[in-house]
Amino acid sequence: MSGTVWPTAAQVLDVLTLRAGYNTAVVMIGVALLGLAAGVVGSFTVLRKRAMMSDTLSHATLPGIGLAFLAATALGGEGRSLPVLLTGATAAGVAGVLVVHLIVRHSRLPEDAAMGAVLSVFFGLGAVILSYVQTLGTGAEGGIATFIYGRAAAMSAGDALLIAAVATGAVLATALLYKEFRAVCFDPGFAAAQGWPVGLIDLAMMTLVVVVTVVGLQAVGLILVIALIIVPAAAARFWTDRLGTMVVIAAGFGMASGYVGTALSALLPRFPAGGIIVLVAGALFLVSLFLAPRRGVAAAAWRHLRLRVSVEGQHLLRALFEAAEAAQRPTGAPADLADLRIARSWPPLRRALVLADLRRRGLLRRDAAAVALTPAGQEEAWRLTRNHRLWEEYLVNFAHLAPTHVDRSADLVEHVLDGALVAELEARLATIGRLPRLRGVPRSLHA
Amino acid sequence: MRLSSILPYASAEAASLAGRPEHSADSPLSVHSLTVAYNRKPVLWDVEYDLPAGALTAIVGPNGAGKSTFIKAVLGLVPAASGAVEFWGRPLARVRRRVGYVPQRGSVDWDFPVSALDVVAMGRYGRIGWLRRVGAADRAAARACLDKVGMADFADRQISQLSGGQQQRVFLARALAQEADLYFMDEPFAGVDAATETAIVDVLRTLRDGGRSVVVVHHDLQTVTDYFDHVLLLNGRVVAAGPAAATVTAANLQRTYGGRLALLDDAAAALARAEAGR
Repeated sequence: MSGTVWPTAAQVLDVLTLRAGYNTAVVMIGVALLGLAAGVVGSFTVLRKRAMMSDTLSHATLPGIGLAFLAATALGGEGRSLPVLLTGATAAGVAGVLVVHLIVRHSRLPEDAAMGAVLSVFFGLGAVILSYVQTLGTGAEGGIATFIYGRAAAMSAGDALLIAAVATGAVLATALLYKEFRAVCFDPGFAAAQGWPVGLIDLAMMTLVVVVTVVGLQAVGLILVIALIIVPAAAARFWTDRLGTMVVIAAGFGMASGYVGTALSALLPRFPAGGIIVLVAGALFLVSLFLAPRRGVAAAAWRHLRLRVSVEGQHLLRALFEAAEAAQRPTGAPADLADLRIARSWPPLRRALVLADLRRRGLLRRDAAAVALTPAGQEEAWRLTRNHRLWEEYLVNFAHLAPTHVDRSADLVEHVLDGALVAELEARLATIGRLPRLRGVPRSLHA
Repeated sequence: MRLSSILPYASAEAASLAGRPEHSADSPLSVHSLTVAYNRKPVLWDVEYDLPAGALTAIVGPNGAGKSTFIKAVLGLVPAASGAVEFWGRPLARVRRRVGYVPQRGSVDWDFPVSALDVVAMGRYGRIGWLRRVGAADRAAARACLDKVGMADFADRQISQLSGGQQQRVFLARALAQEADLYFMDEPFAGVDAATETAIVDVLRTLRDGGRSVVVVHHDLQTVTDYFDHVLLLNGRVVAAGPAAATVTAANLQRTYGGRLALLDDAAAALARAEAGR
């Protein structure tokens, strides 16, 4: 954007430390509380799988805003009064949700199609009404358009206080109904069988979404307010497996998005506040998606790589053992990797990773151009080969599979056989005298 | 066309209706003329049933026979088109706490962020009531229920980290936490390992020996007479009901499954041989 004056670091610091004027400070705190409430309420929305329904709701508010403005103006009132506009928004949003329910109940249309239809038709109606308002030329309609994209900077301290009060109320209501919300989100059927009024509890959850959406319209705008409800909660899910912790993290993420986003939008008045706030939330989401321990993408990729390397390492150990067995060499003798089909088929990186992992675990050592199993490696290779053959023998003798068909299955199973299973396989195969005999039994077993 | 070809069981039903006693207040569950329809298509049709007290009862029937629907309808989870359901002679709303429920395992999202103990504690929610927190006593009770199904060591595990059988045992423990007198269990044996099957059967017998009544949707015809005292054969309507051994007969199975399952012919033949040998 040409002509945009980018703020300096000192300015950013001033705003973030609430030193950019009373009004900005109050608005930042108000929007931060809104984000907090959105994170809390959004956690249950995400877990109840109602994200799309909330989106429908927020888009459906638009015609209500336009109609409320027209009605108030026609009655000689102040069309731009916030309570009037928010009342209209609430009525239209709730009407949108009700229409979805009616369509789903009385037709065979699936819920997502019904929501898509209601969302777009209500929003289209709102867009037409807003265009009509603009043709009136009253000069007041400019304030209404801010509801679409949000203009946190344009809010008054009074508006911010209203947001803060409503957000606090929503958080308190959620705290009170925490147990009920959890029961309905996890297993509505069981909750209903226990006698909980599931419809009523769902309604309470939806009401909180309505409340947060409507008070968030001014700051974030109706297109993006849903993001403030969904994104912090979705991001929080990556960090924990406890609902309580998830709600707290979502609240923190929402609060940070609101606070930082509003601060930035105060410095960048030409950009829509809603977009900036949601971008901050989106950044937190991306960080969570990739970096969260256990559930994050990076952690999953790391686990996958570790497993892959470990499995391939076991394959290599067995191949070394079997090569030595076939050539009647000692299992600890150096072997050339180029002689092993499995190692030849690996790309260089995989080969390097597998060898490094085996060396790190003290199972393998490099011997000039060749490799050799260490004593521990010999024992491990003996164990793996034996497990592989135990499973093969078991499949052939008890599951009656053809010997040519068992190798692949044993390949998969040998990595997961635990001590108890091995003992059971040994016992069963011993009864029919088919225990596999391996050459080169490790020394520790002789001891 | 003869009437009996359209309503193959009409005469048998009429006979059983004529001889059936008044609904008794002793029965933990009395179902009268229950009809349930989804999208105008009837799933359950005119079901009359009195559940025996203090017994393990299996509901057996083919897919789509309305077994789950029967449980959901008597619990008020799906609307009934017509009919009356009474528990100990009273409406469900008056006796909710005495009725426990184990839904199908597949009915919930097992990635939900709760621990096994959290789920079992949900069985106490009905007792705890509105707005109150789950207290230490309720958590202790939940822990004891986990112990009864052999899952005490898994209390703090997130539920997605449990195997299918362990998840099923958590569901069972949650029902035990309800401390009910009558239990409905929807396919608790579906897809579980041998250890879980044994654990469930043990729990069922303990419940019965404590005077509780249990209704279980069951799929395995091989075990039904071993595990259960009574059987309700269902296929849209009640085909037969009564003591397990006397009800699970070749003829009744034929009528329930209508020969649609080839597998059943073998089972029927085996049963016929067994009957002949008696």
